[in-house]
Amino acid sequence: MELTGEERAMLAGAQGEAVRRALDYQMEVGRFFGAERFVPITNAHMMGDIEVLGDAGLAFLREAQALGARARVPVTTNARCVDFAWADRLGQDPGECAKEREVIAALRAMDVVTADTCINYQTLYQPHLGERVAWGDTGTVIYANSVFGARSNFESGPAALAAALTGRTPEYGFQLDRHRRGRFVVDLSGATLGDLADWGALGKIVGERHQNYYAVPVFTGFRRTPLADELKQLGCALASYGSMGMFHMVGVTPEAPSAEAALGGEAPWESFAVSDADIEAVYRAYPLGDGDCSLVVFSGPQLSLFEVKTLAGLFEGRRLHAGTQVFVTTSNGVRSAAEKLGYLEPLEDAGVAVLEGVCFYILQNLSLLRERNGWRNMISNSAKIVNIIGAHRFRTILRRTADCVEIACTGRLS
Amino acid sequence: MSGGGPLLTIRVERAFGPAVEGEAVVSAEGFSPRYDLDRWTGVITKPGHRLEGTSIKDKICFFPTAKGGIAAGWAFHDIKAKGISPMAYVFGVTNPVMVQGAVLAGVPITEGWSEDPGKVLKTGDWVRVDPGRKVVELLRRAA
Repeated sequence: MELTGEERAMLAGAQGEAVRRALDYQMEVGRFFGAERFVPITNAHMMGDIEVLGDAGLAFLREAQALGARARVPVTTNARCVDFAWADRLGQDPGECAKEREVIAALRAMDVVTADTCINYQTLYQPHLGERVAWGDTGTVIYANSVFGARSNFESGPAALAAALTGRTPEYGFQLDRHRRGRFVVDLSGATLGDLADWGALGKIVGERHQNYYAVPVFTGFRRTPLADELKQLGCALASYGSMGMFHMVGVTPEAPSAEAALGGEAPWESFAVSDADIEAVYRAYPLGDGDCSLVVFSGPQLSLFEVKTLAGLFEGRRLHAGTQVFVTTSNGVRSAAEKLGYLEPLEDAGVAVLEGVCFYILQNLSLLRERNGWRNMISNSAKIVNIIGAHRFRTILRRTADCVEIACTGRLS
Repeated sequence: MSGGGPLLTIRVERAFGPAVEGEAVVSAEGFSPRYDLDRWTGVITKPGHRLEGTSIKDKICFFPTAKGGIAAGWAFHDIKAKGISPMAYVFGVTNPVMVQGAVLAGVPITEGWSEDPGKVLKTGDWVRVDPGRKVVELLRRAA
């Protein structure tokens, strides 16, 4: 890689050992991808919770802190595995919760903003067209690339932290024009996509068909303007099922004024349509097991204020079916606003648990929680969480938002 | 090992890490440490995964694709420290997270292959991954 004078000084230790190690690590990653240089970034977003860090990751953070690591661009944290207000009620491990507090303390000491949200793009920072950032989780990255036209690769926790410490990232992947053009076309002229879960189902269909980071779909023909929450569900599902980092939607996303522009003037690999019938087939394909309805989850990604408001309306005046538990996860900011605006009360009156700063699928002790509560099925309107909670041995079922509420209140699954 | 060269050589496009030798686990399905793996035992536990019940500890793992997930960045480092890491990750198509994770953990990783391992290798075969030479070599067949 070609280094600037400043970068050579960083590698020589002129800015301390923490910066030297971070840049050295970034160079190793950059070399793998054939990056020719570093590019400056304005913002980083990192995953760092004890469930994924483990003791080794916590030790890594402590060491970085001891070496004097300090973020040089604003850096925020992704959802974590403990909402301390709920830890005891959920029976989470006190030792791991104590470690989670140590993780937070170590990050804050490095000037990391522990906002604990996976919807930073809705609530905290909206980069502009062409702005370079270093974000993870995957849902944040695909939204940044696609909807904002900003530039980020999937930057995992250590990579985003390194980028925050050095203020730069290796130029590869979606930092480069050549990876940002569309590769195949998906016609949505026969798709209604009336519920958030439908957008997730669309992401599942398209993502499973091309499991490839660089397989950038170009959506065409949709007959109305999609909402931010809809594009969020689509992006999260594409990233989850297809490991995709970007999509275009003609007339909607900034790098797709036309299909030709989005494809960069090249022929697509293929073109296919996704219709209402295809979406319906997704819902029908989930085996229901014994029909267990004891767990309904609205999470993964965290809910926006508008999603919380919609749920509050659907649960208003109702009660959860005996034996059913419902979890909503969102950010501290959204939860606080929802409380102030009166959206929390109908949810809590119905018996819904509204957690902040976490995502359901990464909750510390989730497998044990599942066993203790006898949960067999997990029902959700999020195609992403339906996909990713598998290692915890749930049978997962995708349903539309209102259907999830109905299942939660009646205990009937069909 | 008997004398002579490898029984088969697969060229890889991109590679990181030291050369290692070990037993292959060849998957027909992609991989994510957070979606598919029990990160306390090293066993793939996602119901229905084509390697469900298989341990990846000390194995050379061949996956056609990477699935979702930003978690591998920390998770590869974590499972290395827990002593349940694979010896190497060999991907057909990967994503940056897997590479960032493997580099942090110091575990060899490669991407791209001249021949599909799913067609020419079997789980249990003894293979060498040499990132410096950008090759994967079959040294002996599973018994």
